Amino acid sequence: MNAARDAILARVRAALRDVPEAERADDVAVARDYRTEGTLPHAEVVALFAENCADYRANVREVDAAGLPGAIAEALAARGARRLAIPADLPAQWRAGDGVEWVEDHGLSHDALSAVDGVVTGCAVAVALNGTIALDGGVAQGRRALTLLPDYHLCVVHAEQVVELVPEGIARLREAALAGQPMTIVAGPSATSDIEFNRVEGVHGPRTLDVLVVTG
Amino acid sequence: MTTSASWPDVPAFPLAAKSALADAQMRRNIGMATSTIREKRTGVVEEMPDWEQLREAGRALKERTLRHLDEHLLTLEESVTRAGGVVHWARDGDEANAIVTRIAKSKGVSEVVKVKSMATVEIELNEALEAAGITALETDLAELIVQLGRDRPSHILVPAIHRNRAEIRDIFRRTIGPETLTDEPAELAEAARRFLRERFLRARVGVSGANFAVAETGAIAVLESEGNGRMCTTLPETLITVCGIEKLVPAWQDLEVFLQLLPRSSTAERMNPYTTLWSGARDDDGPREFHLVLLDNGRTDSLADELARQTLACIRCSACLNVCPVYERTGGHAYGSVYPGPIGAILTPQLAGMRAAGSLPFASSLCGACYEVCPVKIDIPTVLVHLRDRSNKERAAASLKGRLDPERLALKAVAKGFATRGRYERLQKLGRLGQWPLARKGKIERLPGELGGWTKARDLMPIPDQTFREWWVEREASR
Amino acid sequence: MRIALFITCFNDTLFPRTGQAVVRLLERLGHEVVFPLEQTCCGQMHFNSGYHDEALPLVRRFARVFRDEPLIVSPSGSCVAMVRDHYPHVAKESGDPELIEAVRTLGERTFELSELLIDVLGLGDVGAYYPHRVTYHPSCHALRMLHIGDKPLQLLRAVRGIDLVELPAAEQCCGFGGTFAIKNADTSIAMLDDKLTNVQETGAEVCTAADNSCLMHIGGGLSRQRAGVSAVHLAEILASTEAEPFGVPAVGSGDAITVVRA
Repeated sequence: MNAARDAILARVRAALRDVPEAERADDVAVARDYRTEGTLPHAEVVALFAENCADYRANVREVDAAGLPGAIAEALAARGARRLAIPADLPAQWRAGDGVEWVEDHGLSHDALSAVDGVVTGCAVAVALNGTIALDGGVAQGRRALTLLPDYHLCVVHAEQVVELVPEGIARLREAALAGQPMTIVAGPSATSDIEFNRVEGVHGPRTLDVLVVTG
Repeated sequence: MTTSASWPDVPAFPLAAKSALADAQMRRNIGMATSTIREKRTGVVEEMPDWEQLREAGRALKERTLRHLDEHLLTLEESVTRAGGVVHWARDGDEANAIVTRIAKSKGVSEVVKVKSMATVEIELNEALEAAGITALETDLAELIVQLGRDRPSHILVPAIHRNRAEIRDIFRRTIGPETLTDEPAELAEAARRFLRERFLRARVGVSGANFAVAETGAIAVLESEGNGRMCTTLPETLITVCGIEKLVPAWQDLEVFLQLLPRSSTAERMNPYTTLWSGARDDDGPREFHLVLLDNGRTDSLADELARQTLACIRCSACLNVCPVYERTGGHAYGSVYPGPIGAILTPQLAGMRAAGSLPFASSLCGACYEVCPVKIDIPTVLVHLRDRSNKERAAASLKGRLDPERLALKAVAKGFATRGRYERLQKLGRLGQWPLARKGKIERLPGELGGWTKARDLMPIPDQTFREWWVEREASR
Repeated sequence: MRIALFITCFNDTLFPRTGQAVVRLLERLGHEVVFPLEQTCCGQMHFNSGYHDEALPLVRRFARVFRDEPLIVSPSGSCVAMVRDHYPHVAKESGDPELIEAVRTLGERTFELSELLIDVLGLGDVGAYYPHRVTYHPSCHALRMLHIGDKPLQLLRAVRGIDLVELPAAEQCCGFGGTFAIKNADTSIAMLDDKLTNVQETGAEVCTAADNSCLMHIGGGLSRQRAGVSAVHLAEILASTEAEPFGVPAVGSGDAITVVRA
């Protein structure tokens, strides 16, 4: 095994004999003159996120902080979701709804996660330009399997978590990345384009994604 | 990697293309699919005012990666190890297959779940696992269609692009059922979901490829749509990722470029539904054991060619396939390789060697549509003509037959003839004289030998009785 | 203005009419056309076919023959693209600093015909008259390597009497591709078939382009199908005036090879 490692590294170095010895990787210029900082007013950034996220068949609704518990209860009722898996640190005020059973994830089995009606989480950051939501295992997000196996995902996004551009989103995830946190970036419910390049929603991941954007 | 042998006698691509061109159904399927995706791609690219800057940054980042690949590989190894993963190195496909098989066997499994990965198709990992008594179950819808239909992939992104919904329905009815299945795409997707769900839940070993591997943090990125990638990389206790050594990017920040370029070029979406990123292994989330297999398998040969090295910048988006007029008509199977289309025409000969794939660099009209859409600006036409030169030279060096190739002799003679004005003008006269047995009623309808390919469907106007220069000299003299 | 004509070996031998049209057009516009008789071939055929050692002497020759010409024009998008895009690469591989320097300025001085007319001479209307239904095929190298955009169309729109019709899927390659047309004849013909269908859909009498190589391919297919459509180089349309029509060659009649006598 070490032989293979040594051989590959030797072959790489031999192949790169045209690269001057003194050259460092950062000497190869990379112009980052693409958009790196958003220019839209924040209200428009949030609106753009809602629009682009909905474009991929996520159901997006804007609510204010006071209305959040009610909106969660309404969404769950509309979906007929009564048993909800949640990360153990999900805020208490989000656990709203009559007759809803909250199943905290303290290492639930895959079968148990498959059996619940849905999952409620928060997120780490959301990007307006491409309508994505990123979960990095931080507060109110749980582990990856939690948002994968249930067929319904209700995600709460706070307006201040929404950035305009992809580079801004990647920057916000940097700390978690350096800490080795696994992440999932989501754009709408699961989908496929494998049949004649036509997009069909709903394959293996959650087939329904509701997003509540909390403004004000 | 496997390709049909082409030297010294068989022109592999032209022959394979001939039978592919005769398959009207396949041509229609591919034509429909590629025109759909072309239009969508144009839409999502045009809404990006900084697309050209992103392309240039993508190109430059890959150049930075490749010119210092040894350094980045060591950084990645360190990062993954620190995060609790195990890094393996494989010089070729056999070594990689042996590593994966050994790990799978040590877990005592008879089945592994796989998320679509070009590298593992390239090294024929499924076949190697099969030989060891382990079933590799493809979980990507298109890859599953190919596997169930005992077919070969024909597209980088959508391996079953040559199949339409009715053919897919028939394959599913025959294999996973139910027999009442219709050709509605949503119903076909649902059938795949039912078939795979339980298998995901009980899988103990997952196998994946990598879209990107971030040296700085050790993060591996898998971009996908269906959720099967999340299943395979999250649920099993053990995850094995086979990653070509060119998939590296130096820094976490670099993802800000590639996560914009890839989805828009590939599925023509602002973003693909799911992107999973993980570093190493941990106890509280996902697999407890992670193995990263770094694969060479010919990549360092490509790296050694200063001009063709840019091929390794490819992020496997398949935009070049979708715009290629050759691919659109022949489909992917004619390329005889897991990597078809323009990128395959330059990548395959470098990975598999000219002897195996020397006809591929010629499978292009050099129209340049591929270069125009490439998100990392690989100058495919220039690499094509460079590899043509290499193919011609290696073929001539390998055999007398190669040295005596009629095209080679003719072009060498022409080059000599064009070296001086006198010889050039004599050649022009000779051509005029030589054509008289061929011309009928002001046109040539049949040419001899290999040139007959032209007159299969095209007349040729004979050489006029006065060249431009003769006219010019005559005119100057009469002034 | 003194303008050196780089005719290309292909046009010199097979399409002298096109060269004559360029001469007539530029002289009508009041310019002095010179034709260095020492020129032969730019080396594109060898380069694109993968015979780079054979292309190199032709590159050197071209650089020498046109060394002192301030302005060079060619009625071939692909040969100009060879000079501008590929010469630097050939020169770099040769490792010859003199050649590298020589080809650098060559690229800046060599123009495809429509580029010369619009970018250098600042002309949109060259005073042509051409009373025919015409469709324009943008050849790939002019389009994607030279990026000439709609320059030929700008010139055609200004032609009096012309009935210019848009070609569907115009930017799709016609399938010529040099030796590709022979080595991969079946694929090339499949591409050509679609191009011919689109050309015929326009109802045009004439299909034009900035490259005779593509036109030989398209014209050869049209002739075989007895489509009644002629393939005519852009220069020939622009050279036509009411007083001196350049004419449309009748397909397959041998007219295509009739030389306009001085």
